[in-house]
Amino acid sequence: MPEKRIRVLIAKPGLDGHDRGAKIIARALRDAGMEVIYTGLRQTPEMIASAAVQEDVDVIGLSILSGAHNTLVPQLLDLLKQKGMSDVTVLLGGTIPEADIAGLKKAGVAEIFLPGASTQDIVDFVRKRVALA
Amino acid sequence: MPSDREPTRRHSTGETSAERSSEFTTISGHSIRRLYSPDDLAEWEPDRDLGLPGAPPYTRGIHPAMYRERLWTMRQFAGFGSARDTNKRFRYLLAQGQSGLSVAFDLPTLMGYDSDHSLAEGEVGKCGVAISSLADMEALFDQIPLGNVSTSMTINSPAAILWAMYLAVAEKQGVDWKNLSGTLQNDILKEYIAQKEYIFPPKPSMRLVIDTFEFGARHTPKFNPISISGYHIREAGSTAIQELAFTLRDGIEYVEWGIARGMGVDDFAPALSFFFNAHNDFFEEIAKYRAARRIWYKTMTERFGAKLARSSALRFHAQTAGCSLTAQQPYNNVVRTALQALAAVMGGTQSLHTNSLDEAWALPTEFAATLALRTQQILAHETGVANTADPLGGSYFVERLTNEMGDAAWKYIRKIDDMGGMIPAIERGYPQREIADASYRYQVSVDHKEKIIVGVNEFTGEEKPIETLRIDESVRAEQAAHLVKLRAERSNDEVSRQLNALRKAAQGSENLMPHIYAAVKSYATLGEICDSLREVFGTHEEVSVT
Repeated sequence: MPEKRIRVLIAKPGLDGHDRGAKIIARALRDAGMEVIYTGLRQTPEMIASAAVQEDVDVIGLSILSGAHNTLVPQLLDLLKQKGMSDVTVLLGGTIPEADIAGLKKAGVAEIFLPGASTQDIVDFVRKRVALA
Repeated sequence: MPSDREPTRRHSTGETSAERSSEFTTISGHSIRRLYSPDDLAEWEPDRDLGLPGAPPYTRGIHPAMYRERLWTMRQFAGFGSARDTNKRFRYLLAQGQSGLSVAFDLPTLMGYDSDHSLAEGEVGKCGVAISSLADMEALFDQIPLGNVSTSMTINSPAAILWAMYLAVAEKQGVDWKNLSGTLQNDILKEYIAQKEYIFPPKPSMRLVIDTFEFGARHTPKFNPISISGYHIREAGSTAIQELAFTLRDGIEYVEWGIARGMGVDDFAPALSFFFNAHNDFFEEIAKYRAARRIWYKTMTERFGAKLARSSALRFHAQTAGCSLTAQQPYNNVVRTALQALAAVMGGTQSLHTNSLDEAWALPTEFAATLALRTQQILAHETGVANTADPLGGSYFVERLTNEMGDAAWKYIRKIDDMGGMIPAIERGYPQREIADASYRYQVSVDHKEKIIVGVNEFTGEEKPIETLRIDESVRAEQAAHLVKLRAERSNDEVSRQLNALRKAAQGSENLMPHIYAAVKSYATLGEICDSLREVFGTHEEVSVT
């Protein structure tokens, strides 16, 4: 029986065009054997939530370097709840001030990966998390 | 004999030694040998390849006396919140000894949206200053005499519009446009390649850029209508050679389009300027700048027949590498920035921005921004590196590395020529893929500890959070209120008239600057003007290359 591959949506919410990190993570997860869909730039929370449903993903990785995280992330989490996708693991990376981390985790972000995180740490986290689900 | 392979580990004295690694490369992966000597310059001819500072081929710099005559411009990139907030930071930095202004705009502005647009939610004032109309631009430069301070504006897709606002403010201040000094980034090609702040498709975007060249050539001789950039290409993860090659090939594309418009190359080339990254690998960066000047000289004279010295002398601004700065142990970033700035100065930059220690966390606090400026001032006044032109000229290593980087860049330039130019290359995803591959390779080498980042994958420790700048959502509300007032107080008939005229002109081929200028003066907003252009030009969506 072939093992079901972990499905990950990597998304760039908001107007931010910095895609270096998102693309690296997408490739690293792909190299680690996961199915990865990269949304491309300038996605609204609605577009991301729709894609997550359509692609039936296990994990959503958000990349935000614009400072808009406190607006966009809660909006997305809300939409996921509305669509019955609260079981999806939501991860966040980018430029996230220390002071905002607790609030975002409380709202439902499973983990936040700051600049300097290793791709192996992210792969390991995803594997462990999805195995527990 | 010079060779790319590591020679046997035997010194001239007959001793052997074990080295720390089986290979040594620059941060970009370029192989570096143990020692460089006269043999490495066997084919190097100083008269042809080196020259003097201020003379062809400009390897040693574009002015004979370099910093002895005039220090580089200390031009700190700044902007956040409202025009009023940023105006205050501008006046503070000028009072602290900065010698030129550099404006950072927020994402809605960069993407041609007003602060009250639905897509602007959460983004207003976060990455830079929110500018939705001429009224905001007037507030931005309050108490700043545009005739006395040069201003650089980091704006691309809507550059023509922000420039028109700037020109309108100058006019209001009574400053003759002929005396206006400054730079517009306005380099749309690198947006498709790296920074991704595009609005319209390539052809209409290039038309707008060439419109600014034409307008500038006629009205603003001291203003650089473009800053052809490698900084962002490097930040996206390219190697130094790719940064060098893609930037110069973008330059070639702009020159070709300018000539196709009917301008003589010497009519617009002197106003072209460049913008490079100042990254970690000290000698690679210096060699990069030297190679850039030599390649541009050869290109402008041989490929384009430029006659004026100013057409082929590459002038550039440099910024220390944001992507090299870490969230961990942020005070280490002060050291990184200082060393990167030193490379830019030893490479002969005309203008410099030094990043702040909190780069990986937020926009700079006043403290961090001041320390970054002091870094430049210490470099200029305490280290002695400004006392002589091209201090590393004649070094076997630096001259050899300059040659190697130049040769590698020429290969890329020819390859893109063979593809039909930079726009076809972009359409096939070529530079984007080169960058994505290079950035992934680098990440893998960091993950495997082949490249060490102090405080991140080695020499880690307990982290202590630092104070960072916070920008709250009140800026959006403030801006929204301003826009309501603006729309109530202006003549909406006049605005409609101007936008109609702009749309009509955009469908044709006339220069759009006069129309944009008239629209801006009627207090049409940035979003309204961009929407008019979106209607005619369409919008661009990229095919992602991961």
